Amino acid sequence: MNSRKTVVTTLGGMIAASVLAAAPAAPTQVGFVYVSPVGDAGWTYQHDIGRKEMEKAMGGQVTTKFVENVPEGADAERVVRGLVTGGAKIVFTTSFGYMNPTEKVARAFPDRFFFHATGYKTGPNMGIYNARFYEGRFLNGVIAGKMTKSNIAGYVAAFPIPEVMQGINAFTQGMRSVNPKAEVRVIWVNSWFDPGKEREAALTLISQGADMITHHTDSTAIVQAAEEKHKENKNVYAFSYHSDMSKYGPTAQLTGTTHHWGAFYTRTVKEVLAGTWKGTNVWGGFKEGMIQLAPLNKAIPADVKALVQKEEKAMAAGKFHPFAGPVVAQDGKIKVPKGKTMTDAELGAMDYYVQGVASTLPKK
Amino acid sequence: MQPSLLSSILFATIVAGTPLIIAAVGELVTEKSGVLNLGTEGIMSMGAVAAFAVTVHTGNPLLGILAGMAAGMVMGLIFAVAALTFMANQVASGLALSIFGVGLSAFIGKPYESVALPSVAAWNVPGLHRIPVLGHAFFEHQGLVYFSWALLGGVAWFLYRSRLGLVLRAVGEAPVAAHSVGYNVVRIRYMAVLFGGGMAGIGGAFLSVFYTPLWVEGMVAGRGWISLALVVFATWRPARVMVGAYLFGGCMITQMFVQGSGMHLNVPSQFLSALPYAATIIVLVLISHNKNTIRLNSPASLGQPFSPEA
Repeated sequence: MNSRKTVVTTLGGMIAASVLAAAPAAPTQVGFVYVSPVGDAGWTYQHDIGRKEMEKAMGGQVTTKFVENVPEGADAERVVRGLVTGGAKIVFTTSFGYMNPTEKVARAFPDRFFFHATGYKTGPNMGIYNARFYEGRFLNGVIAGKMTKSNIAGYVAAFPIPEVMQGINAFTQGMRSVNPKAEVRVIWVNSWFDPGKEREAALTLISQGADMITHHTDSTAIVQAAEEKHKENKNVYAFSYHSDMSKYGPTAQLTGTTHHWGAFYTRTVKEVLAGTWKGTNVWGGFKEGMIQLAPLNKAIPADVKALVQKEEKAMAAGKFHPFAGPVVAQDGKIKVPKGKTMTDAELGAMDYYVQGVASTLPKK
Repeated sequence: MQPSLLSSILFATIVAGTPLIIAAVGELVTEKSGVLNLGTEGIMSMGAVAAFAVTVHTGNPLLGILAGMAAGMVMGLIFAVAALTFMANQVASGLALSIFGVGLSAFIGKPYESVALPSVAAWNVPGLHRIPVLGHAFFEHQGLVYFSWALLGGVAWFLYRSRLGLVLRAVGEAPVAAHSVGYNVVRIRYMAVLFGGGMAGIGGAFLSVFYTPLWVEGMVAGRGWISLALVVFATWRPARVMVGAYLFGGCMITQMFVQGSGMHLNVPSQFLSALPYAATIIVLVLISHNKNTIRLNSPASLGQPFSPEA
């Protein structure tokens, strides 16, 4: 009895010792805070894909944790704090409203690292990141301009903030670059997520003549609405946003602007672990791979496809900018003269429609 | 205004109002029996996910509606057991049911988030749908729209013309008196709560299977709360529930048409988005400004527990 016990203890000790010797340093914990449920498509879904890609690329060096559906505000601070006190060394917060809570926690924990998406406040241990979605929007607009029969495109928009304005204007610039007769109509639903309302807005735009629709809201409803119209033999096409939504509109979705965060997450985590991270403000587009076009639909003619691919390459190479002058506001004022390109600061403060948008911007 | 534009606005208004009518009429019956069930948002979410799941597996939207109704009734039963048998606080139980339903539906719905359903075809009323303008607006809808009208008529008849409806109202007005003349108050309230739950479930089914054929967490997006408010503002009158629901839907749709048309408007879009709520409240307050009608229509025992032993 006694001897057996000794054997077991010894064996156990040997196994434990060998495991300890073989194990590398404990993996670093990386936390993510999401504004909505992960779901099957959309903003948070794309971030979660990025998280998984990063985890895979880092081998066993990190473990990740995420909290979904976190309201923007006081709750967010509690969640970020909870992740940090729970052992997270790096935290990514992925919505604009997390900016102040993230900054607060970052000040309280100077030895941890924080990264906030779509904000503007930075710190010694806090970086920010975002993507140049407008680059993809411009190319969607080019396709829309070439393929529209009615010369009307519809845009379902969430809130009149610069990021959404950039999208509307880039789409319009793209459309008008190939079709000067084209116009874009906008409906604001004042909600990031209400499939019923988004669908109504899309159907409204279609009944007002739009045969190209896109959206800056979170659900798949407008791609689905276009697909239904297709079944009624009306040629209405859609451009998805955030994710590829071709599953919901195999005929109707021409392409879309999709987000890709995996490479950025991997690079950032690697830099932090290696101690080489220096305060960053990352705003990446096609060049950095942070945005891509969803697969192009067969319905797009070959010459349009070639044009889009050419312009995508030019943008990635930095030779072409959707807001290269002349950029003319809706009221005729020249915002960017010919030969100049809009600066990032101007892009970040965009609060007007460009020429070609048929709707009136609601007053703030 | 072009006739086709008018008819599209009317058409969209009716569709937008339909889930509100179905859920609100169910809640109206519940409240008429003296029970306040604030769980509508949660019940609608459960109805939506159940209907979606069953429609995906069977390919039959009718079975989906039945599943939505069944899920709603189960939710109603949970509430009834807590609030009527164990006499828990009705407000608290209803709020808990809402939170529970929204959360549970998200959990159940996870595997269905990637699934797309084909849209359900409309059923045109023979003959009537050929009427210019109004034909498209009123008679080219999916089945549940006609159901919402039948439901309204049926409930109005039931409450004010049938014997059982009289009993139900008596239970809501004076449960002690109803009990003393031999009516089983708790059983009648159970039935009213189950009916309300079933209708809220169908309202949810309309959203996930007919309106936007998809399931995503949070897709009821506050419509349960709006239907609860409609019942109060309509001073517990079925016809006014319909007025409120269509007014709400109509304002939402019209402001979208205005925005899309490029008409020059010097008001913030946020104000336009708030308009349906404001307009509905104002109109319903105006039509019920007479204090007597409110006092006459509001069930006297609303929200108060009743125990036959007491």
